[in-house]
Amino acid sequence: MADVSIRNVTKQFGKTEVIHGISCDIRDGEFIVILGPSGCGKSTLLRMIAGLEEISSGEVAIDGRVVNRMEPAERDIAMVFQNYALYPHMTVYRNMAYGLKMRRMPKDEIDQRVRNAAKVLELSTLLDRKPRQLSGGQRQRVAMGRCIVREPKVFLFDEPLSNLDAKLRVQMRLEIRKLHEDLKITSVYVTHDQVEAMTLGDRLVVMDDGYAAQTGSPIEVYERPANMFVAGFIGSPAMNFMEVTVQESGQALKLPGDIQIPLNGSALSGWAGKKAILGIRPEHLELDSKGPLSILFTVGQVELLGADTLVHGHISEEKVTLTVRLPDVHRFEKQATIRLSISQEKLHLFDPETKKRIDG
Amino acid sequence: MVAHRPFQTFVTHGILILGALVLAFPIYVTFVASTHTIEEVTKSFPLLPGSHLVENYLRALTVGPRDVGATVGTMMLNSLIMALGITFGKISISLLAAFAIVYFRFRLRNVFFWMIFITLMLPIEVRILPTYKVAADLKLLDSYSGLIFPLIASATATFLFRQFFMTVPDELCEAHRIDGGGPMRFFFDILLPMSRTSIAALFVILFIYGWNQYLWPLLITSDQKYYTLLIGIKRMLDVGEGQAEWPIIMASTILAMLPPVLVVIFMQKQFVRGMTETEK
Repeated sequence: MADVSIRNVTKQFGKTEVIHGISCDIRDGEFIVILGPSGCGKSTLLRMIAGLEEISSGEVAIDGRVVNRMEPAERDIAMVFQNYALYPHMTVYRNMAYGLKMRRMPKDEIDQRVRNAAKVLELSTLLDRKPRQLSGGQRQRVAMGRCIVREPKVFLFDEPLSNLDAKLRVQMRLEIRKLHEDLKITSVYVTHDQVEAMTLGDRLVVMDDGYAAQTGSPIEVYERPANMFVAGFIGSPAMNFMEVTVQESGQALKLPGDIQIPLNGSALSGWAGKKAILGIRPEHLELDSKGPLSILFTVGQVELLGADTLVHGHISEEKVTLTVRLPDVHRFEKQATIRLSISQEKLHLFDPETKKRIDG
Repeated sequence: MVAHRPFQTFVTHGILILGALVLAFPIYVTFVASTHTIEEVTKSFPLLPGSHLVENYLRALTVGPRDVGATVGTMMLNSLIMALGITFGKISISLLAAFAIVYFRFRLRNVFFWMIFITLMLPIEVRILPTYKVAADLKLLDSYSGLIFPLIASATATFLFRQFFMTVPDELCEAHRIDGGGPMRFFFDILLPMSRTSIAALFVILFIYGWNQYLWPLLITSDQKYYTLLIGIKRMLDVGEGQAEWPIIMASTILAMLPPVLVVIFMQKQFVRGMTETEK
C-alpha cells in the first residue's frame, strides 16, 4: 500500500516527444483509471510507472521514494498485461509462485499465499493446469493471482479486459472492483473503454495525445468536461457540438436557425456577441411537444437498441446534425419533424479557439 | 480421395510398396552380405541372410577389420562423441547467440546478425582450408576437440532460434522483469523450456548431421584412435590389391546406420511437434 506521485513526467522516443509532462498524485488505496484513445500515450505512462520504459524527464515516486532509476522488480509493483503474459510451460501454481520464488520466500509461505490467492480467485481446482488449458477469463484471473500473491504496493493494469468477450468483460470488471475493495491496494488501470473507466475508477485521468486533458472523479468528468476532447470522448454516443453565438446581453445563446436558448441566470459577460461551441449530450435531449425551450428536429436514421432509441438527424436548414438518445422504443418516419427540449442545466459551452470549457 | 474405389486403392498401394522396396533393397543387400562369410559373398551373391550374423558383428565390434587398426566399437564411440558434441555444442551456442541478438541491444547488433546469416551461404568446403589451418595452429589435430569445435557454430540453428524468440511476446520478458528475475534466469527458466520442442527437432537434424560428417574428420584425424565410423568404412575399402572384407564392412555399414535411425524413431514425435507447433 502506497501513494504514487507522478511529477511532470515526459517521454521521448528519439526526437519525438509522446508524453508532454503529466502530473498526478495517486492517494494510498486509490483506484486510478487512465483513459484515452489508442496512441494517446496511456500505456507508455503506465510502463514508465512500472519501470519498463525509461522516464525521459520528471519523477515518479512510489511511497515517497523516487523510483526513476529502479528496476521494475525493485519498485514493488505488480502488473497485469493485456495478453496476460503467463509463462506457457508452467502450471497455474508455478506461474503464481514464480515471482515469490525469485524473492527467495520460504516454500511454505509461498504455498500459503498461492493457495489463498487461488481461493479468492476461484482457481483452486485449476492449480495443476497449464495456461493453454484455461479459458480467457481463467487466464486473466491467473494473471491477477500472480499479482495478488506478491502483495505489492501498487497494481498496474494494462487494458486487462480487452481480450475478453463482452459478457466476460462485465463479470471481470465487477471482480476487479470487488478485489480492490477487499485488498485496498493502490491501482493504476489503463483502458480505452469508458464504461470500464466510469465503473472502476475512483478518479480518471483522461489523456489526449500525450497530455492529461482532465483529472477527476468519473461523474465530475462526465458532468463538467474540461475541454471538447474530454466532452466528446466520455459518453456514448458522443456529445453533440454546434456553433452558437452568445447574445449581446450574455443571457442567451443563439443557435443556428435562429433558435434562442436563455441561459439560466448565469451571464456570460465576457462572451457577449462572440461565437462559442455548445455541447449537448444525446441523453440530455428530451422528446417534448410544448416545452419553452424546444427546437425542431428532422429525423434521419433511427437505431432501436431496445432500452433506448438513438435518433440521428438535424436541426434547421443549416444541417446541424444531432444525435438524440430517447428512452424506450420510438418509431419515427424518416424526415419526420419532432420537437426536442433541452435541459438547461446540462449545457456545455466551449471556447472555439482553445477548445476549453467556458464556465458561466 | 474419399470415394471408395478398390482398383485405385490397389494401384496406389502397389506403387507405394514398389517404391518402398526399391529404397529398401540396397539396405537389405547390405544386411544379407553382413551375415555371410567372405567366400560366400564373393562367389555368388546370396539373396537370403546367412548364419554368420553374430560372428561378423562381434568381430567388427571387438576386433575390427584388417588394416584399419581400430575396432568398429571404438569408431562408433568416436562418432557418437563427435555427433553428440556437435549437437549439444551447436544447440547451446546458437541458443545463446539468438538470445543475445533478440534480447540485448548492443552496438553492431544487426551487423553481427547479418554476419552470422551470411555464413549460411558458405558451405563447409569453402572454408575448410582456413579452418584446418586454425585447427592445426591450435593443436587440435587428432583430438575430440578438433573433431567437435570447428563444426559447432551454426548459422541455421541461430537463425531458427532467433525466429522462435522473436515470436515470444515481449510481455513475457517484462512480466519476468517485474517478477524479479535477471536475463540469464529468463533464459533458463522461461526461454529454454519454451524452446523445448524446437530443441528436440534440431537435435534430430544435428545429430544426423554430426554423425554423417565425413570431410572434416577425414582431414583432421590421422591417428586411428580418433577415426569415426564413416572414415573407418572408407579405410576398410582401401585395401589395394587385397580382398576387402565385405561381410565386416557391411556389418559396419549397418551399425553406422543404426544410431541415426534410432534417434529418428525415438524422437519422431518431438521432431514433428517441434516443426509444427509452438507453445504459446
